[in-house]
Amino acid sequence: MRLRNVFATRWGIIFVGLFIGVCAALLQKWGNPGNMGICVACFGRDIAGALGLHRAGVVQYIRPEIIGFVMGSLIAAYLFKEYRPRLGSAPIVRFVLGAFAMIGALVFLGCPWRAALRLAGGDGNAILGLVGLILGIWIGTLFLRKGYTLGRTQTTNAAAGWMLPLIMLGFLALLIAFPQIEGQSRSGVLYYSLKGPGSMHAPLLISLGAGLAVGFLAQRSRFCTMGAIRDFILFRQNHLLLGFIALVAAAFITNLIVGQFHPGFKNQPVAHTMHIWNFAGMVLAGLAFALAGGCPGRQLFLSGEGDGDAAVFVMGMIVGAGLAHNFGLASSPKGIGSYGIEAVIIGLTVCLLIGFTMRKRSNA
Amino acid sequence: MRTKIDARGLSCPQPVLMTLNEIKAGRASEIEILVDTDTSQENVSRAATTQGWKVADVIEESDGYQITIRIK
Repeated sequence: MRLRNVFATRWGIIFVGLFIGVCAALLQKWGNPGNMGICVACFGRDIAGALGLHRAGVVQYIRPEIIGFVMGSLIAAYLFKEYRPRLGSAPIVRFVLGAFAMIGALVFLGCPWRAALRLAGGDGNAILGLVGLILGIWIGTLFLRKGYTLGRTQTTNAAAGWMLPLIMLGFLALLIAFPQIEGQSRSGVLYYSLKGPGSMHAPLLISLGAGLAVGFLAQRSRFCTMGAIRDFILFRQNHLLLGFIALVAAAFITNLIVGQFHPGFKNQPVAHTMHIWNFAGMVLAGLAFALAGGCPGRQLFLSGEGDGDAAVFVMGMIVGAGLAHNFGLASSPKGIGSYGIEAVIIGLTVCLLIGFTMRKRSNA
Repeated sequence: MRTKIDARGLSCPQPVLMTLNEIKAGRASEIEILVDTDTSQENVSRAATTQGWKVADVIEESDGYQITIRIK
């Protein structure tokens, strides 16, 4: 019999939620942007910018937290013999879902993690985003009840599972080889932000360390913000939800202590007040996450434990971020982008099409 | 009656959905579920327990776990 996984217990998931909440609020204190101690969507977008996949000057930085998430999960998976290289469950569909999840999240300006952190920082607009997220996930559960599936994965070679971790190590190598030069927007092959959220970051080692710790704990506990809401809707099971609530509570209390709680709707950091689009952007993101089986954080943790399909979703998110800024789909504090509305409508149409067509076949 | 579910290779939450559907179908007093990840093993065991079933056995196999749940 294997050792019992303490982090998979009720107190385990609550502890992990509390840890992430405190960690995120402190990362903000140590330099990360407002209510963005951790945001998988925003940080993925910043990485896309640093690589030059889009040229929005204010959001360019290789975020070490994201590298840490994948590598922390990989370390935990190896230590506890849970590294299982697998892939082949409709990868291209997952890529498309990743891209539209990112686009939806960037219309709202945050992934589910940041929606929680924005709420914990007093940003009322986050309520619209969270309601949208719940609606999107609810639509996803309807498909799941009707037999929606992306099919089975197959076991593969260890090397295949290492692809995303290796890409992350490559990002880290670039960050070390081409560090930021004071006052310069370019260092070697990388782009850096001189102002805006991309210019705000905690010191590299702190960001990386926090990312590794969160990645490790999240792999052990299976922490997932989408799963939290989905499992409650589908099964009335509150296991993951307790972790999500713990995250909000811990971030809220930490924000109060360090003076980062500012209630209101207007002038919130990296946020806009167009309620309908805060809501609709997250309906799209929530539906895409539900159809892909995990929130963006969870996709990173799954990638770390060898899930090649989750890795494809992550690549979809990075490409989606590039498109979102190149095409003017992403929002800014001024409001939605030039083609944000069209992008949400197209994204929802594509996700609904995927939901209706990806069904169990007799041999599945 | 003993029934069998093969949920290997399926991602969250499908192994749990399949198990709960089989429990609700009411034909089995014992169900054997095959899963390939630790997450699915934990989720299926947890879901069965909340339905008032007992996790009778979890056997580790080369490609995952064989979980046996039994009605209490």
